[in-house]
Amino acid sequence: MSEYQQLAKQGLWSNNPALVQLLGLCPLLAVTSTVTNALGLGLATLAVLMGSNLIVSLVRQWVPDEIRIPVFVMVIAALVTVIQLLMNAYVYGLYQALGIFIPLIVTNCAIIGRAEAYASKNPWQTSLFDGFAMGLGFTCVLVLLGAIREILGNGTLFAGAELLLGPWAASLKIELFQIDYPLLLAILPPGAFITMGFIIAAKNVIDKRQKMHAEQPQKSVERARVTAQ
Amino acid sequence: MTLSNMRKNGLILALFAVIATALVVGTEKLTASQIERQAQQQLLSTLNQIIPPARHDNDLYQSCRLLTLPQAQQPSTLYRAWLAQKPQAVAMQVTAPNGYSGAIRLLVAVDNSGYVMGVRVLEHKETPGLGDKIETRKSDWINEFNGKTVKGADDDRWAVKRDGGMFDQFTGATITPRAVVGAVERAVEFIKANPEKVYSDNLPHCQEQHHE
Repeated sequence: MSEYQQLAKQGLWSNNPALVQLLGLCPLLAVTSTVTNALGLGLATLAVLMGSNLIVSLVRQWVPDEIRIPVFVMVIAALVTVIQLLMNAYVYGLYQALGIFIPLIVTNCAIIGRAEAYASKNPWQTSLFDGFAMGLGFTCVLVLLGAIREILGNGTLFAGAELLLGPWAASLKIELFQIDYPLLLAILPPGAFITMGFIIAAKNVIDKRQKMHAEQPQKSVERARVTAQ
Repeated sequence: MTLSNMRKNGLILALFAVIATALVVGTEKLTASQIERQAQQQLLSTLNQIIPPARHDNDLYQSCRLLTLPQAQQPSTLYRAWLAQKPQAVAMQVTAPNGYSGAIRLLVAVDNSGYVMGVRVLEHKETPGLGDKIETRKSDWINEFNGKTVKGADDDRWAVKRDGGMFDQFTGATITPRAVVGAVERAVEFIKANPEKVYSDNLPHCQEQHHE
């Protein structure tokens, strides 16, 4: 497998920031009550992750090991603030849709996690790609979580997509069933924790199945019990 | 050796801090006027939604005045609409302190005979999917106020239906609409009872900053 394939596999599955590294749970659980919100946060995180990985990788040779963490924190905080200001000024519509997510990104430890674990040791090309793969993996989990919670809580999918993607997206909204009383648990943060638990469990089951498959079902010898009880 | 290392690291850290701060400050300076313009436009478009342009011939944004309500700590912002020198309507910024998760900031427009012309939510932190139906982009509940007025002090109809009033509540969220109804009622009551204060020429101008 090439370096890039390896990175893609790690970001999307085997080292997924949300499912395996369990990074960035704070924004993840707070905003994934609908698919639209989840997608918004996912895209914003993806952009910041790529930017921070790129910058960290470019400055890494001037940063001594002892002070790398405070330097990365400053780089990320400055980057996010600059992005927020620029969006507020020049793409106001998008800012209104994504605005609440941007400060949340600073609290996402996946960003500094990748800066420290990957970008500080690797050239900018692969660092940029690592940010992309990790961001994409994060976005996928967010969207899945948002979809489950939105279906359970509101019986819809893609509600409010027009706020993020423009007026054409209003037709994306799917009304699966009518709910008179929304399932409050799914919409509120506890529902996010519970759903997240099930998703992680499902991933572990799939991993285990694959592993058993790979090991080939050889008849292993039953270990005889020697010790007495 | 350790000392020189510390000095070197300290300098590098300081250098990064200076560069990062310079970047943020520079961007802030570059974008400040543009951001101010966006906020202004946003407020103006909200104002124009609730006070139609046909009802006034003055500049609503320039008409901003401050008025301290009784029992309020901070002055409220007023936007007053005039047509041919006659007062037509006033839009007042009010705060409902008792939302489900904190204060809800509202803009309430009332015409010169005391009827609501429109209400808009400027800022809130209500639960997404439940309490956020007070936004026009989520539902048109807020239009229920249009054309209503308060009759006398403590009008019983100004409450959600669960409390015996005339406004719908949301399934799963009663506290949010209750807070909004209460705040709008107080605003309408005050404006209706005090037209001379609201349209007075002696009110202080707003500061040039409006972060709405």
